[in-house]
Amino acid sequence: MHMLAQEIYDKYELVVGLEIHAQLLTKSKAYSSDSSEFGAQPNTHVNPITLGHPGTLPKFNENTLQYGVRLGLAVGSDITYENQFARKNYFYADLPKGYQITQDKTPLCTGGKITIKVGKGTKDIGITRIHMEEDSGKSIHDLDPFHTLIDLNRAGVPLLEIVSEPDIRSAQEAYDYLTEVRQLVRYLEVCDGNMEEGSMRCDANVSMRLKGAPKFGERTETKNLNSIRNVFRAIEFEAKRQVEVLEAGGVIKMETMGFDAVTGETRTLRSKEMAHDYRYFPEPDLQAVFVGKNYVSDVKETLPALPKELKEKYTSALKLSDYDAEVLTEEKHFALFYEELIGLTKSYKTAANWMMGAVKSYLNENALEIKEFPLKPKHIAELIDLIESGAINNSIANQKVFPALVEHPELSAKTLAEKNNWIQESDTEALEGFINEAIAKFPAKVEEFRAGNKNLLGLFMGEVMKASKGKADPKVTSNLLREKLEQ
Amino acid sequence: MKGFTSLKNIQKDLQSYTVTCVELVEHYLDRIKDQKDINAFVETFDVSASAQAVLVDAKIKEGKAGVLAGLIISIKDNICYEGHKLSASSKMLEGFESLYSSTVVERLLKEDAIIIGRTNCDEFAMGSSNETSFYGPVKNPLDKNKVAGGSSGGAAASVAADLCMAALGSDTGGSIRQPASFTGTVGLKPTYGRVSRHGLIAFGSSFDQIGTFTKNVDDAALITEVIAGKDEFDSTVSRKEVEPYFEEIDSQKDKKQRIAYFDCYVNHKAIDPEVRKRTIEIIEKLRLEGHQVDEVKFDYLDQIVPTYYVLTTAEASSNLARYDGIHFGYRSTNATDLESTYVKSRSEGFGREVKRRIMLGTYVLSAGYYDAYYTKAQKVRRLVRDCTNEVFENYDFIISPTSPHTAFDLNAQKDDQIKMYLEDIYTVQANLAGIPAISLPLGIGSDKMPFGIQLMTSAFNEKKLLSFSKQVVNKFALTSELEKA
Repeated sequence: MHMLAQEIYDKYELVVGLEIHAQLLTKSKAYSSDSSEFGAQPNTHVNPITLGHPGTLPKFNENTLQYGVRLGLAVGSDITYENQFARKNYFYADLPKGYQITQDKTPLCTGGKITIKVGKGTKDIGITRIHMEEDSGKSIHDLDPFHTLIDLNRAGVPLLEIVSEPDIRSAQEAYDYLTEVRQLVRYLEVCDGNMEEGSMRCDANVSMRLKGAPKFGERTETKNLNSIRNVFRAIEFEAKRQVEVLEAGGVIKMETMGFDAVTGETRTLRSKEMAHDYRYFPEPDLQAVFVGKNYVSDVKETLPALPKELKEKYTSALKLSDYDAEVLTEEKHFALFYEELIGLTKSYKTAANWMMGAVKSYLNENALEIKEFPLKPKHIAELIDLIESGAINNSIANQKVFPALVEHPELSAKTLAEKNNWIQESDTEALEGFINEAIAKFPAKVEEFRAGNKNLLGLFMGEVMKASKGKADPKVTSNLLREKLEQ
Repeated sequence: MKGFTSLKNIQKDLQSYTVTCVELVEHYLDRIKDQKDINAFVETFDVSASAQAVLVDAKIKEGKAGVLAGLIISIKDNICYEGHKLSASSKMLEGFESLYSSTVVERLLKEDAIIIGRTNCDEFAMGSSNETSFYGPVKNPLDKNKVAGGSSGGAAASVAADLCMAALGSDTGGSIRQPASFTGTVGLKPTYGRVSRHGLIAFGSSFDQIGTFTKNVDDAALITEVIAGKDEFDSTVSRKEVEPYFEEIDSQKDKKQRIAYFDCYVNHKAIDPEVRKRTIEIIEKLRLEGHQVDEVKFDYLDQIVPTYYVLTTAEASSNLARYDGIHFGYRSTNATDLESTYVKSRSEGFGREVKRRIMLGTYVLSAGYYDAYYTKAQKVRRLVRDCTNEVFENYDFIISPTSPHTAFDLNAQKDDQIKMYLEDIYTVQANLAGIPAISLPLGIGSDKMPFGIQLMTSAFNEKKLLSFSKQVVNKFALTSELEKA
């Protein structure tokens, strides 16, 4: 495989559309009061509704709707007024009712877009629709040598299916789009975005066409990709495979593919002839749900600041670099920490540096999330104030005060610095003592300096710092030193 | 023990300690045993019924008994009762025990009714003669060579044979009213969404409705009032307040009504001349009583039964998908893998009629046929509903026969599905339109078998329907004639 010359692959254009299933962070299931929490003992969140026992009826969980509207508003979708539910019929061992309750003709959200970075610019990936549905149970094939085991805890957990337009043109764009979507659902707190745990899953519709061709080629659908990296790999592989088939004179058939993460290859799961006829029809057990303008505006009010808005604010209003804005907004609570911090200090860049430096390092080293960080924004703000007042210098702040503060968040930076005698010497008299000592120690160097080797200032600075145990105010010291040396 | 006439009479005896619930339960259990050949019951709940009887007797003594205290009632074998078996009279669910109680059972028990057992029915409520049951046909207690009707045949027989005081059945296209007609009982199908379907095994979800079999209209009012009303487990149930059906059972007394009838119903080619004659006779008598009775046009006679079958089978094909041999119910011992588990379990577990309807329903929902059948049928349903509601703009009731004829012989129609499907000709309209309808025992044929007259009214108008029904039964009932015959 993959033996054609690069120019041949380059004749083709890749076209990708993604379907993302995002499991919602609702406490209970889409149509029953069962808990939807991940990780419980198998088959413990299973009441008769989840089990699809005779006579049971679904009961709609309003939270599903709210989460869906939240996501729809965040990507700029139109919110559908009359939401009907539909049954998608198929047989599978982990589908207790023999059908999935979903939406067919009236998806909750239509239209909208996700913006990704492409090179120096940006590109919009269109959203076709977002609709509400329920998850199936889980089939476990590798635990028992003779049987497939079924866990129905997941059956009925609410999902949003996010369907993109076929606007994606490379595996990298797919990667970036998914990253954006994951960041967004996490910001909105509708889904935890953990692809490895399966709470976010992706199917990739991939087709190839000769560059400039007016129509899309026939597509395949690669199912259940469980990491952003694997989406990238599966698209790369599938693109090459399709080119090879086409170049060998073959045709691409509409097929459902699986992806083997070990070999990095896709393989046919179901051909079109074997494709299901899902026999969608309106779910008679549920009434349509009407989403009025007031409901939508109420949800809009609860929307948190979104990463793209924060990035925009940081680069234009706070004059931070794109890179800084990117790092600060990567994770919601990290950004919220910074947001609170800049409410307490006007030194935006300094604050950003603290976040991206000391704070981030501490979190990484201790494998913590910002929520678990012992300090509050006010601690960092006070630390910045202390530096800016000239009471301590940056290196003392980084090396001494910050570590001490993390150990003693009950104390302020100022108290800690005073207690430990870290307040820097800016008192001229005290500094003069250190300076005189340094000058007296290296008379030869003084001559050299006066002869023009201004670089020697650093040597004297070092001496003063050493003598003052780092507490000498560098600015004042350097001015005094210059004065003395040039006398 | 003296025969049961109405719940209020029994309650008088219970209050005066002339009889106890324990004695009533024993009495009815004995009767059920004696008349086992009717095959009305799949199972009696001896233990739980006796235990409930003891409890209710104690409550009566304490003066804390519910409004249905002493009511010995049967439930159709498609209504869930926690800890009790439930099979929809299918091999598919033989031995299956429900983990929970339906809303109707909860409400009956809360008001101190005593559930005596589960009654035989057509498999998954699919049939009009109770001959598709895995447990064999129900015999009509009035003539054991005849069917009791279906699908709630056991429920109808249980009341007609006095094996209990009342029965809960379910009605998707006439499954309460037609057997009520065949057995001389009162059969009420309430408005769709009046009574919770939580715990009713689904056949056609947008048609199914639980209702009652009783010996008189009062008891229907009393029981329906208890079981009706909003339910958090069924989102298709209305939140509308339930009116005092029983207390205001005489609200229509001496009131003049506007009543419509359809010529195409009364003069249908399949109608038995005796049924037609009696229907016309009642229409005339109602006129004489001072009611306004008019012939009204109805344009969908030829469409209603096909529409009903397209839509109910479509829903059924999906509703019955859960019986797959994997999670519960029958699993074929010949299965070797997942697919053969499905194919063999379903082929062996379902009877012929159920399989026929699943295939029909699957077909009408299939890609390429969906619009021609399902979508079209949905449109016709809307037209039927609109046209029915239009009638109620000018009329209070629609009157018609319940069934074109009296109960037919066992096995007579078993192999003629088209004929069997036409059994529903007068009853499906109410299910298509979602309106309440009642069958009243007002006729008797020369074969000495009873037949019913049906009254339909607008949605959620049960109070008026029940009250007027009582007036009609008081005036025109043939009970005395039945006894003579």
